[in-house]
Amino acid sequence: MIPELGHFALILALAVALVQASVPLVGAQLGIERWMRIARPAAWALMLCMAVAFGALSWAFVHDDFSVLYVANNSNTALPLVYKLSAVWGSHEGSLLLWATVLSLWTVAVSLFGRGLPLAMLSRVLSVMGMVSIGFLLFMLLTSNPFERVLPPPLEGRDLNPLLQDPGMAMHPPMLYMGYVGFSVAFAFAIAALIDGRLDAAWARWSRPWTTVAWMFLTLGITLGSWWAYNELGWGGWWFWDPVENASFMPWLVGTALVHSLAVTEKRGAFKAWTVLLAVFAFSLSLLGTFLVRSGVLTSVHAFATDPARGLFILAFLGVVVGGSLLLYAWRAPAVRSHVHFSPVSREAVLLLNNLLLVVTAASILLGTLYPLIVDALGVGKISVGAPYFNAVFVPLTLPLAFLVGVGAMLRWKQDRLERIWRHARWPAAVSLLAGLVLPLLFDHWTWQAALGIGLACWVGLTTLEGLRDRWAGRSRPLAALARTPRAFYGMSLAHFGIAVFVTGIALTTTYSLEKDVRLAPGESYVLGGYEFRMLGVHPVHGPNYEAQQGTLEVWRAGRRVAVLHPEKRVYRVQRNPMTEAAIDAGVLRDLFVALGEPLGSDGAWSVRLYYKPFIRWIWSGGLFMAVGGLLAATDRRYRQLVRRDARAMLEAVEATA
Amino acid sequence: MNRKRILLFSLPLLFFGLLVALFLRGLELDPRRVPSPLIGKPAPTFTLPRLHDPAKTFSTAEMKGKVWLLNVWASWCVACRDEQPLLVDFAQRHLVPIVGLDYKDDPRDGKRWLAALGDPYDVIAVDASGRVGIDWGVYGVPETFVIDKHGIIRHKVIGPIQPEILEHRLLPLIRRLQEEPA
Repeated sequence: MIPELGHFALILALAVALVQASVPLVGAQLGIERWMRIARPAAWALMLCMAVAFGALSWAFVHDDFSVLYVANNSNTALPLVYKLSAVWGSHEGSLLLWATVLSLWTVAVSLFGRGLPLAMLSRVLSVMGMVSIGFLLFMLLTSNPFERVLPPPLEGRDLNPLLQDPGMAMHPPMLYMGYVGFSVAFAFAIAALIDGRLDAAWARWSRPWTTVAWMFLTLGITLGSWWAYNELGWGGWWFWDPVENASFMPWLVGTALVHSLAVTEKRGAFKAWTVLLAVFAFSLSLLGTFLVRSGVLTSVHAFATDPARGLFILAFLGVVVGGSLLLYAWRAPAVRSHVHFSPVSREAVLLLNNLLLVVTAASILLGTLYPLIVDALGVGKISVGAPYFNAVFVPLTLPLAFLVGVGAMLRWKQDRLERIWRHARWPAAVSLLAGLVLPLLFDHWTWQAALGIGLACWVGLTTLEGLRDRWAGRSRPLAALARTPRAFYGMSLAHFGIAVFVTGIALTTTYSLEKDVRLAPGESYVLGGYEFRMLGVHPVHGPNYEAQQGTLEVWRAGRRVAVLHPEKRVYRVQRNPMTEAAIDAGVLRDLFVALGEPLGSDGAWSVRLYYKPFIRWIWSGGLFMAVGGLLAATDRRYRQLVRRDARAMLEAVEATA
Repeated sequence: MNRKRILLFSLPLLFFGLLVALFLRGLELDPRRVPSPLIGKPAPTFTLPRLHDPAKTFSTAEMKGKVWLLNVWASWCVACRDEQPLLVDFAQRHLVPIVGLDYKDDPRDGKRWLAALGDPYDVIAVDASGRVGIDWGVYGVPETFVIDKHGIIRHKVIGPIQPEILEHRLLPLIRRLQEEPA
């Protein structure tokens, strides 16, 4: 009964979305205020329907209702409750439901915080979001209904994929989807502005905080995904250039470009047509990500069960959404001209370069991801593109980006002088050069990769700090100057500082990681990176839905016990595939990572993989810094004041007519 | 508004149109099917260092008189990860020797990868430069070749081996080939 209620709520949601997508838009075009006013209640109604549907599926999982096919395929009575709940989005149908639910949440958020917008603008934005909702709801109802029943119902479910039974994986999809779907807001603003025909600074100001928040979630989602891969795939890597990882990374790159070009459009009125295009691209790439995962055109570890009917539907959907917006763009954008001039030494110029580099990077990754398909479609042959290509393209393109980031933030708009910048940049340059040459000597050998990485990280960090110092140095009241500095500036600096942290992590982890496969019997030990790993033994343990062999290893250093680690080799009772559950002693300066291999011989010996990974946490910390920076920037007082001011202006206008 | 400007702003649309055409074609194609001109021809010979013992080499001559499989893989290959559990399982049945060709790969990455996912191979040859891969007409990774007792390539699977393909195509073929006189 409850699942049918959920199914019904989905159908109702489709009806509401149809109204939301059409009535307010027509109202805005014809200037009928009553029609425009339907947009906001419709957004709320849509969210309510989605909440009922999502709640119904969660209910089915919690109550082990295996008569629902999706539950039977992805759950089990022995599955811990947390994972029953996260299993809701553990596979294709449910993750679509999550996507549509998140979209309805964003729609309501826009209608709540967008009260200060002109009514016609708000109606158009909400209508465009309604159109996207229609697409996803139709997709679910026509090809991927999560509430489908199975008769007779099985007594026991097939359990959730063991890889997904991890806290990181439970949180990763919601964060990622908040980001993907969040770009639909920037997209809707761009389309609304194109329909309206006015692409001005106001449009950029309205969509800026939304874009930044979406970007923040996507940053968090990707960071969590990388951390999960490190924990769960069990061989110490943190990024694999898998098509699905690329699918989330491309919108992030374009989104980062968008965040920066929106700043130029808002402050200087430049890059208008380009910014709109980026907003369309960021969301299109999010949709493309969905397409690549589910259509079966590419092979990937993440691939959901593939079905050509689904692929065809998504392709048609993609064609309508992206093709339609690009058509609108080709029609409207030629009329938009930016009459803004800036010198080659100015913040605009550096941001233009930033945009170019980010977009070219995203395009190269798109090319690498699609290349096997292109070659196949042309009938030339079949190939697979791997990490060697992506590293070869990614590193040279992003090095200049990191090089420019701190300096770019210090440059003035319109025109600046190189001498002024050099005055600020010379001490960071000197210190970074020195640090790059000397600091690697603290590790066991000097390499130029480490020198480059450390030098670059110092350069990014120090120029960013110098940018902050520039805000108060030489002022009569430095503290007041610091307090007056907008929160958005601190946010930007923090995010840029995150790049420094991230680069440090990559450079040191890739250069100085140590690893060893050893055979350890109880009582034996092995020394790696100055740490002694002592094997105490391996014993069977019982988990709620798995059996495991659990090892116990002590880690000693300088006569002191640093950690006790319990790596496991698990076999999940239902799906029967063995899983390596690595044990990690995490630290700011290094991780110690132990994974069990296979039992060897009769004396209780096991093959064990040991890793010493210096500074690996810095990679994800960098991501966190960026996300927090994004949050600070998006919550700047400026945007809230604007909303309040606009709302007051509207109130006065209403009173005047009354 | 001049015509050039309109054309410029239509470029994204044109580019997207091409992409859609590509995807439409991609939906029809099976990423795993490909003809090979090498089937029925003598397998190209090679001598390469072994992964676990680079001082020693492996040569195709060692396999003369046996039916064997050549599985081309690499640690950077995502699809190989899908295939590995099946291969490991299959290797435990000891029906046929499996030779691995670690293709365009860093041997250290290769070893790490095997340690994580299991090692089904009787012997692994390292083709770091990809030269042998070219001789064998390797388009993508993974690929699996079936070679008979006379050193003739009899079958080739592109992409990860699926359980049905293994049971219904590869196994009957291997059994038949093993019964042929040497």
